Amino acid sequence: MRRPIRSFTVLLLVLAFVLAACQGAQPTPTSAPAAQPSPTPAAAASPTPAAQPTPQAQVTKPTDPIGVLEIKPGEPIVLAWMLTVSGGTAQLGEDSKRGIEIAIEDLGGELLGHKIELVGEDSGCNPEGGQAAATRLAANPRIVAIIGSSCSSEARVGAPIIDQAGLVMVSPSNTAPDLTDPAKHVEGYLRVAHNDKVQGRVAAEFVVNKLGLKRVATIHDGSLYAEQLANVFAENVQKLGGTVVAQEAVSPEDTDMRPVLTRIATQQPELIYYPIFNPAGSYITLQAKEISGLENVKLMSADGLLEPQTVQNAGQAAVGLYLSGPDLTVLGPKYQEFVQKYQQKYGTKPVAGFHAHAYDATMMIVEAIKKVAVQAPDGTLYIPRKALRDALYQTKNFPGLTGNLTCDQYGDCADPKIAVYEVFSTDTTGWPDSAIRKIYP
Amino acid sequence: MTIAAPRRFTGGRRIDISQLIVWAIGGILLAIVLLGSILTLRAGHYTAAQWRDFVVFGIAQGAIYALIALGYTMVYGVLRMINFAHGEVFMSGAMTTFFLADYLNRSGFLKAHPWISLVAMLLFSGLVSMTVAVLVERIAYRPLRGAPRLVPLITAVGASFFLQYTFRGLFGSGVRAYPAIPVLQGKLWVFQKTQVAVFIGVLITLALLVLFLQRTRAGLAIRAVAEDREAAALMGVDVDRAIVTTFAVGGFMAGIAGVLYALVFVQVQFFMGFLPGIKAFTAAVLGGIGNLPGAAVGGLVLGVIESIGPSLFFDGYGIRAAHQLKDVIAFTILVLILIFRPTGLLGERLGGEERV
Repeated sequence: MRRPIRSFTVLLLVLAFVLAACQGAQPTPTSAPAAQPSPTPAAAASPTPAAQPTPQAQVTKPTDPIGVLEIKPGEPIVLAWMLTVSGGTAQLGEDSKRGIEIAIEDLGGELLGHKIELVGEDSGCNPEGGQAAATRLAANPRIVAIIGSSCSSEARVGAPIIDQAGLVMVSPSNTAPDLTDPAKHVEGYLRVAHNDKVQGRVAAEFVVNKLGLKRVATIHDGSLYAEQLANVFAENVQKLGGTVVAQEAVSPEDTDMRPVLTRIATQQPELIYYPIFNPAGSYITLQAKEISGLENVKLMSADGLLEPQTVQNAGQAAVGLYLSGPDLTVLGPKYQEFVQKYQQKYGTKPVAGFHAHAYDATMMIVEAIKKVAVQAPDGTLYIPRKALRDALYQTKNFPGLTGNLTCDQYGDCADPKIAVYEVFSTDTTGWPDSAIRKIYP
Repeated sequence: MTIAAPRRFTGGRRIDISQLIVWAIGGILLAIVLLGSILTLRAGHYTAAQWRDFVVFGIAQGAIYALIALGYTMVYGVLRMINFAHGEVFMSGAMTTFFLADYLNRSGFLKAHPWISLVAMLLFSGLVSMTVAVLVERIAYRPLRGAPRLVPLITAVGASFFLQYTFRGLFGSGVRAYPAIPVLQGKLWVFQKTQVAVFIGVLITLALLVLFLQRTRAGLAIRAVAEDREAAALMGVDVDRAIVTTFAVGGFMAGIAGVLYALVFVQVQFFMGFLPGIKAFTAAVLGGIGNLPGAAVGGLVLGVIESIGPSLFFDGYGIRAAHQLKDVIAFTILVLILIFRPTGLLGERLGGEERV
């Protein structure tokens, strides 16, 4: 008599574990911050009437080659994020997510008389995560457009899925040249982050011209972003007359970097460039100076490590580290205003480099929606999807926080401004000013 | 096991084709490794000091593998099951102790009494991991004691996920950095002081484990259960208690390994147990599962091969970025061992009898 009961308990237990395991991968829909009852002055200024082609009496549903989204009165306009908000790269994605949230707040949580709803998927900064998140988002027919992804490797597999589903995504922080390469670019993909062809060149100029170093080594982690940026950097160093003495790779899960650093030490580089992510990046920072032969080597990384965690995790070893990334110091008063809002809302200064880009991506999408949306007399809103894409590609001199955005035919919309920062202190309480300072250009 | 199965049916020592293929693959891999090593040594890019550094790094990493591997091997010894949640037991100690370490650091105690703090951290982490290991045994494994072998294996994987995501829920998914311990900074001759500390810590733990197993009644009970559970039960050994003790001791060592790991690698996160867990399992199989000295040797060998392998085997061929192949090397070695010596380097030893 006891046996069936026992096997039933076993079954329950197994189920419980399976459920517990699945829980981690559940989508985390974050609803938009509750719309304020009274619109803020900024929102009141938004010129909704001008953008509405509704004076005609009979507005019929527009036609579109890849479909028209119909939003009934009272239904929200759904925007989605696809960012990495867990694991070692959580700060990178979280920072961008906050940019989106502030943008929606600035709009008063409303667009063309509909509430804006924000949903999202964690993409985990790896191809598998990008694929899973993109597939989930593609399955949601209510989504108008997507702000994402964080890491280039997510977009490499995610963008084609989004594209196939007739959706469009604008990335705030993908920088790999590959994504907007004419041969590989998909129509549903645009980005407002800089292309690493620029970042790699600026980093190389800094190293060769400013620091006067000739022997460099690079390390990537096999991700699209890191490998391409390391290569662009290496090419530019060679162009400027330097030598690339070693090009190594690690895997993102590695913790013991000493062997690979010892390999590099045999070539006596003056600088090691490792444009990778945390935690692997911090392991290199921590372990590099321990290696005999690398005591005086200079360390340099890129925007993937431009976050407080880099300094928190590596402590004293991070002092002197160079980081390239978007130049946020030259941005105008609008950006300062944004930072203040960010600080009020989240109690901290921006924790990574791509919050303003996310804000701009959101606003660019909103602008495009305003351009193409057709409002029927009964309040139903029609958004033709192909027209929405076209409108995004036609973005010209859009005044964003990160500069004047103009999209080219391959989806590059950025107004790239790259700076190199130096870590001078381990105090991250007032990030970024308390720990890093701009030293180039 | 599956490789050996056909032989049983054919009776004699007739070599079948699949075995031949396996041996051929093994031979080719071995040839690649040997040729690569010779080419690398001929080229002479590395100085003797650099080779020595590789070995030192490998030993520090391997010592930690060894401590975790002991937990796998002990549980296998008494229960004939692979406790795949062991990597998470290791993680739970390291993660929880982060908060103690952080507190000690903030209060200044860590600077004033580094050695007391270190011992406190080790004990605390050991106790946390021990509690987790015992709870896993009690909740997930004991109810399935009589079930077929595959069933507890599946629960083990479930328990592993459960622990990972519990810790993610409790402490978040971010990476946390242990405070630096000032007395362990810098170098002692050619070694990092942290590496020396790890090695001494592992040696002391191993010595205590051997003493425990050989000199105490509880240790005797564990050995008896490992040898023959039913006979031990008939002789009046409390089998359940011996099994709990095994999990407790294995968990305690995993907890210690957690802190030692954090000393060397500084950063901890909820997923940190996965890869070391798999590697330690590899180390246990490498040394001969169920065999305690085997686990220790397996851990060290694996650590050193991982550290030295990419340079030694592949540099001669001029392969760029060979370090990425580190895990490939580790697992290829495992395959080679399983082909040429299926019972591991030192032989499987289940309790008393030795099967080589």
